Amino acid sequence: MEFFHNVNIDFLGKKWYFLAFSLIFSVAGVFSMLFWHHIPWGLDFRGGTLVKVKFAHKPDVPAVHSALDRAGLHNPKIQPYDLAQYNKVLIDLDVRETNEQALDQGKQKIIQALEGNVPAGKQCGAANPVACDLNNASFLTVKNYLMDKDPLHLGTDANARYTAQTQAIMNYRDNTLGGVLNSFDQLKTAPGVDPGVSGIIPDGFFLSDFHVDDVEIVGPQVGSQLRTQAALATLYSLLGMLVYLGFRFEWIYGIAAVITVFHDTLITVGAFSLTNTEISLTVIAALLTLIGYSNNDTIVVFDRIRENIKLMRREKLSEIVNRSINQTLSRTILTAGLTFLTVLALFLFGGEVLRGFSLALVIGILIGTYSSIAIAAPILVAYQDWRIEKGKRPVAMPGKAR
Amino acid sequence: MNKKLLYQALFIIAIMLFFLFGIFGIPKGLSGEALLTALTDHIHLGLDLKGGTHLILQVKVNDAVNVDAQNAIQVMKEQLRNHKIDYADISQPDPQNPDHIVLSGIQAGARSDLISIVQDRLPEYDITGGGGTSWNMSMKPSALNDLKNRAVTQAIETIRNRIDALGVSEPTIQEHGLGQYQILVQLPGVDDSQRVKDIMQNTAMLEIKQVLGGPYPSEQAAMQEKGGVVPIDQMLLQGNTLGGRSEGEQWYFVSRSSAISGKDLRHASPTTDQNGQPDVNFQLTGEGGQRFFSFTSAHVKDSLGVVLDGKVREVATIDEPIRDQVEIRGHMDAQSAKDLAMILNSGALPASIEYREERTVGPSLGADSIRSGVRAAVVGMVAVLIFMLIYYRGAGVNADVALIMNLIILLGFLGWSTMAGVNVALTLPGIAGVILTVGMGVDSNVLIFERIREELRNGKTPPSAVDQGFSHAWITIVDTHVTTIVSAAILFIFGTGPVKGFATTLTFGLLANLFTAVFVSRVIFEWVLSRKQRGEALSI
Repeated sequence: MEFFHNVNIDFLGKKWYFLAFSLIFSVAGVFSMLFWHHIPWGLDFRGGTLVKVKFAHKPDVPAVHSALDRAGLHNPKIQPYDLAQYNKVLIDLDVRETNEQALDQGKQKIIQALEGNVPAGKQCGAANPVACDLNNASFLTVKNYLMDKDPLHLGTDANARYTAQTQAIMNYRDNTLGGVLNSFDQLKTAPGVDPGVSGIIPDGFFLSDFHVDDVEIVGPQVGSQLRTQAALATLYSLLGMLVYLGFRFEWIYGIAAVITVFHDTLITVGAFSLTNTEISLTVIAALLTLIGYSNNDTIVVFDRIRENIKLMRREKLSEIVNRSINQTLSRTILTAGLTFLTVLALFLFGGEVLRGFSLALVIGILIGTYSSIAIAAPILVAYQDWRIEKGKRPVAMPGKAR
Repeated sequence: MNKKLLYQALFIIAIMLFFLFGIFGIPKGLSGEALLTALTDHIHLGLDLKGGTHLILQVKVNDAVNVDAQNAIQVMKEQLRNHKIDYADISQPDPQNPDHIVLSGIQAGARSDLISIVQDRLPEYDITGGGGTSWNMSMKPSALNDLKNRAVTQAIETIRNRIDALGVSEPTIQEHGLGQYQILVQLPGVDDSQRVKDIMQNTAMLEIKQVLGGPYPSEQAAMQEKGGVVPIDQMLLQGNTLGGRSEGEQWYFVSRSSAISGKDLRHASPTTDQNGQPDVNFQLTGEGGQRFFSFTSAHVKDSLGVVLDGKVREVATIDEPIRDQVEIRGHMDAQSAKDLAMILNSGALPASIEYREERTVGPSLGADSIRSGVRAAVVGMVAVLIFMLIYYRGAGVNADVALIMNLIILLGFLGWSTMAGVNVALTLPGIAGVILTVGMGVDSNVLIFERIREELRNGKTPPSAVDQGFSHAWITIVDTHVTTIVSAAILFIFGTGPVKGFATTLTFGLLANLFTAVFVSRVIFEWVLSRKQRGEALSI
């Protein structure tokens, strides 16, 4: 089975169409970055507090809004998270609630607000009554309570047994029920939990209707630190590329590759801006990987060009380049297709946390493949033609190929 | 099969076993459960998959500098007295640079004395004339740097002690960032970030001072008693009963110097007092006990205050001289008593800490992430495996074998790193890295196979086509792998936890791919070719 039998498409001839396509998307992206959504920095880069909460029932977002408002948190961003059946909600406080002297006060306020009225008289041994909410209690709180009350009248192996019991309760709550117990009766059916234990828990604990799944708090200082690091990492990557390619080929190849990669990054970030998808640390990782991938693609074409230059000494560079692209087309489309398949699997099945990451790769692979043909190759030829016009010796010819 | 091929095949099998061992160790059985246990023992999951707490702390190194400067000031005062040099004031005018000390009102002619004092007693400091009767002291830059770095190292040690006492498995406590005096703390499986922060945050500076006045209901009332000026050998401190349940404010005048301080403490333990209430009992060292004995003997009937972190926790009257045991009572629950004892025991933080970043991943989110990640990986991989079979037929089997070996080697790398004690963990982006490696790995195969097809089309014989295919594709494969590994290295250096995990799996995967795509693939081709008759076509 073969897709690309004897292809002979004049890619370079179509360069103006390619240029137009790239320009449209680049400009749209830049426009959005400057005037519309700007660059949607994620929490890692702008600082702030992010709390993911799972509710026992469909969350009443306006009610959550007013509860937070009463707690003094105005303008939180509240939005549903993940599939609707999970009843999850994302609460995003901006960086002003996250001052460095009390980094987690935003989170504390959210938890207090959602707990609402705490039933009196629950003594689970923690100083703070809010901590006696079994849906949000920590492992140690539950275990210490059991050790104190000792419902199974254990002697020397109390520590090990109650650790195991607490582990069973936690596993049941988190892994089986997704974090929220609806009633204490559910504990009776939990595997590994002794009836004596499930009987005594209700005395010390109460149940709220939510569970805090995930907390991320980034202080403003760290946010700017990470921004700097991301920028530096990208810069070093590009520099590294330029140096390596300049060394392996001619320096014009390096420059063409850098411009190509820059084009890819611009369009991808533009896409993020247009779709208002957040750029987190992992998205930056995806972008750097993209740079690597696009580079690979470009190298494959360049390698073939270099080989053909040696073989087809009499032909014009544009002919050689066209031929090279056609020869590698099979490989290019296949690899792009297969990598795209895997990345698509990530995007569709990889879950919410990887959404931004996989989006960057999905767009990046398409653009990266396109750019090796549409941007890198024409730059080489254009530079060559420019040199010939000026009467200089053509540069992108054999010589320093190593 | 010729000898060379045989040895190559054996070599490959040996490598595979090596990496399989890295993944599973020697499993207790071959059932699914035993294998899964072996797997999870060897492959460590990152925080975002296992759940846990991640904190970035800023060590306020200026605190440590301040302590040193305070000490230097005391020494200076003593020395000036000894040398009978008058002075008006010694102060620290700049809170951002507490090592800048200004001496004012120094009499003329004291220059040589001052210089010799500093050289003898305070060698980390420099002293220069500030014009007229004032002199400026500051720490030498290298000494200052040393002090700050030592503060961070000591903070790490103290935090490690406190965290160890919590019984967390595989905590990570290390310096973070470059030259920013930050510490990274990662505690897998710990879901109560508040408790961790409470335990770490307390500087737990213990002092026992003589109480000279109070309690006053407010700071103003106290100041009024003394005519608005705090006497030079006293301090005004607020009371703060443990457990947070104080009835109103209480302010005390205490002596500036302490009867005993933290280093006189030998051991603290939580106990119960005669009413069965939790409290903390601490024992003093021999030398500390001596000093305390003489102090309490001279101050029978006076009041002592136990000062913790600059707040008066408890005031008691000295009935009789105390030699070596003190109890802090009052309004704590069992947990606070245990925590306080632990803090007292694990030494003091040399500087206070602030939090810069806090992340807590609940275990349910972690489990969800694992599920999604593995699902995506399986789907992606199966899609690629099937496609390769359809498109390349016989050679597709070759590619698929290489792909599966890639996975084994990659996971094996992770397992071996864990065994070697290197801290690499599989994170969610790491799983994504595995998926990506599958995609990029297959690229090498495609490169080679396409070249082989081209050579066959040009009329070369199968053995020659295979040879040409590999030799032409080799250069390109090396180029592409090197550039991507360089990208991954940069990601590793600049990235944090999950991103580091991604860079790690990407690098391991690419290295694995170099091995399988070029060597293993070749061996399989050679083996297939050796079994073919002359002129028989190659299935590709």
